[in-house]
Amino acid sequence: MNKSVFLGALTVAGLAAGAAAAGTLDDVKARGKLNCGVVTGLVGFGAPDANGEWQGFDVAVCRAVAAAVLGDPTAVEFVPTTAKTRFTALASGEIDMLARNTTWTFSRDVDLKFEFVGINYYDGQGFMVPKELGVSSAKELDGATICIQTGTTTELNLADFFRKNNISYEPVPIETNAEAQPLYLEGACDVYTTDASGLAATRAAFENPGDHVVLPEIISKEPLGPLVRHGDNDWGDVVRWTLNALIAAEEYGVTSANLEEMSAGTDNPEINRLLGSEGTLGEMLGLSADWAKQAIAAGGNYGELFEKTIGENTPVGLARGLNAQWTDGGLLYAPPFR
Amino acid sequence: MSDTHAQTVAYVRETMLPELEPPATERGVIKWMRENLFAGWFNSILTIFAAYVIYKIVVGALPWFANGIWTTDSLAECREILQGATGGCFSVLTERWNQLLFGFKYPDDQYWRPTLAFVVMLVSIAPVLFSHLPRKMLILTGLFPFVAFWLIWGGTILAPLVALLGFVAAYIAFKKVEHQSFAMGLLAGLITAIVVWFVGGFVSGAASNVLALEPVASRDMGGFMLNMILGTVCVSLSLPIGICLALGRQSDMPIIKWICVVFIEFIRGVPLITLLFVANVVLAYFLPPGTNFDLIVRVIIMITAFSSAYIAEVIRGGLAALPRGQYEAADSLGLDYAQATRLIIMPQALKISIPGIVNVAVGLFKDTTLVSVISMFDLVGMIRGPILASTEWNGVYWELWGFAVFVFFIVCYGISQYSQWLERQLQTDHR
Repeated sequence: MNKSVFLGALTVAGLAAGAAAAGTLDDVKARGKLNCGVVTGLVGFGAPDANGEWQGFDVAVCRAVAAAVLGDPTAVEFVPTTAKTRFTALASGEIDMLARNTTWTFSRDVDLKFEFVGINYYDGQGFMVPKELGVSSAKELDGATICIQTGTTTELNLADFFRKNNISYEPVPIETNAEAQPLYLEGACDVYTTDASGLAATRAAFENPGDHVVLPEIISKEPLGPLVRHGDNDWGDVVRWTLNALIAAEEYGVTSANLEEMSAGTDNPEINRLLGSEGTLGEMLGLSADWAKQAIAAGGNYGELFEKTIGENTPVGLARGLNAQWTDGGLLYAPPFR
Repeated sequence: MSDTHAQTVAYVRETMLPELEPPATERGVIKWMRENLFAGWFNSILTIFAAYVIYKIVVGALPWFANGIWTTDSLAECREILQGATGGCFSVLTERWNQLLFGFKYPDDQYWRPTLAFVVMLVSIAPVLFSHLPRKMLILTGLFPFVAFWLIWGGTILAPLVALLGFVAAYIAFKKVEHQSFAMGLLAGLITAIVVWFVGGFVSGAASNVLALEPVASRDMGGFMLNMILGTVCVSLSLPIGICLALGRQSDMPIIKWICVVFIEFIRGVPLITLLFVANVVLAYFLPPGTNFDLIVRVIIMITAFSSAYIAEVIRGGLAALPRGQYEAADSLGLDYAQATRLIIMPQALKISIPGIVNVAVGLFKDTTLVSVISMFDLVGMIRGPILASTEWNGVYWELWGFAVFVFFIVCYGISQYSQWLERQLQTDHR
């Protein structure tokens, strides 16, 4: 009884602390820096390069938000988080937003009290096996040993998939993607499972990528997106619409090359509203009129970011697939800027 | 008598035969091999087997080292050059050595600072380790923490200077009041230190440009430097704390005794990794939002608490091993508790505890790699995170982990060799 009272008091204190921090947008502006939670290292999505500069697809979202809010894409304090520390870092206010290949799920949104502001990458869980096993479908994997990252949704999806198909497996728990690679290559596990993007990146780094196949089954939906704390809707809007601006910019053909020219004013009122030459969208968000222009200038529109970090010409080599614009048969669909 | 025999024996040798060399099997290399490698059939089989294993390892590893490539920009280029031949891709070490040693955010043009701090550390630790060096060098040892802080973290020199002044002032105040009572002296010292730090805080805050180095945030520390910082700070802090805890546990005063017992037993009952998670994750909930309580400090506190509990137990073992007569002899000489402990008990107890303390120190140093789990980029964190996740080096394992093993081995083996030398010097066995 006493214990529960104590814990209750702690919770209240925690909530009060959270409430006091409401106004993240003002905090970020006052601080002059955006604290952005990122991955400790995932090929293509986020890792520091040889000069110590953070690069990657998720990292680019942080930079875009920093550019929109502060006008400076380098005004970001990147806080590396692991799969286990990411949510507490966000909940405790150590970071303002998390852009770290995190799957949008019901319980994370509702129970953990976060707000996923959108989806920047549609992923799905797949399987990779050595070609010599002669497996052509995930349903033939009965009794296989499977390398799997702990503390992720992939772990739960895997259990669901095998239970549904009434086959058995033996999990080999691993901590990071980097750890899985040698284990899989040495044959400690027959199968490696993670998000399809991760599989592609891993396979691309192999000495003989041709000896391994990614099975056709995608067993889960993994919508990855940036998230913020519950209850600070103004800040949530800023991050949401920054992401939407990047996506919309690609749809309307606004690139980093023609940005200056287009921001002077075009025939398309939607572009004008987006880039701030018409209307007061920036003001409504509490930002400057050219917020979206700044965000796009940080690294280009969604398509440019994709091509630069994880696209087909990079070592990761991902095709657009589901992540194409809705006009090209993909799922990216930014609400209108009006 | 001899004369009779002289007639019957045809020939008598009158000089000694020259000494012959022992037979080939009883001398030199062959003898050594017979005795050490091929004594009996069982040992012979073991020797041949071991030789075979060594041969296999050398033949396997040699081309890997010999064909090693040191100058490419990515793993893919390495593979292109090697064309399937065995060979290590050591280019990752030549390209990323700075990240492995200093982390990826420490400014490149400032690398001399931690390097200099490391050299100064070697110099200032020497008089502590080797008692025949001049005692005046101990002054350097006392100054080292402040110099190292200034070098590594940067900022104005006034901040560490004020901290140092606080300690000096506290010591003087303590000496002035000590004759009244020990506790009064401590109190006076504490108050003086706080006053000095408070006033000095304003001064150094106002004059933040005096002899200032470019400040580097704790968050930007990384690589092997972080392991060294955590290892040295935590070992040197946990020794005195551990001694106090061990003495406290043996104290007659119940409150002190129970505080020490509870602390030691609690910390020893919890894995280090949970303490680190508490430092990283849970503490953030309790602190008011916006407070930025330095993560390195949090981690240092946790690791120090952890290792001081272990060191306390090691020293308690040393105390328990002392014969009762030593305590009684000290009492009969009329020494008070502080004198007896300082002059008679501790020197002997510490001597006995050396192997245990070194054991904890080596273990602690290696445990500093656990901080990679709470997303700090120490040597292991750098390898696991950024380097293996870069598009250029994704897939290089042996070279990187081999480097980590090599670096840690040098340090840990050095510590262990020193402790063996020290034990021989102090002759801790009761002969």
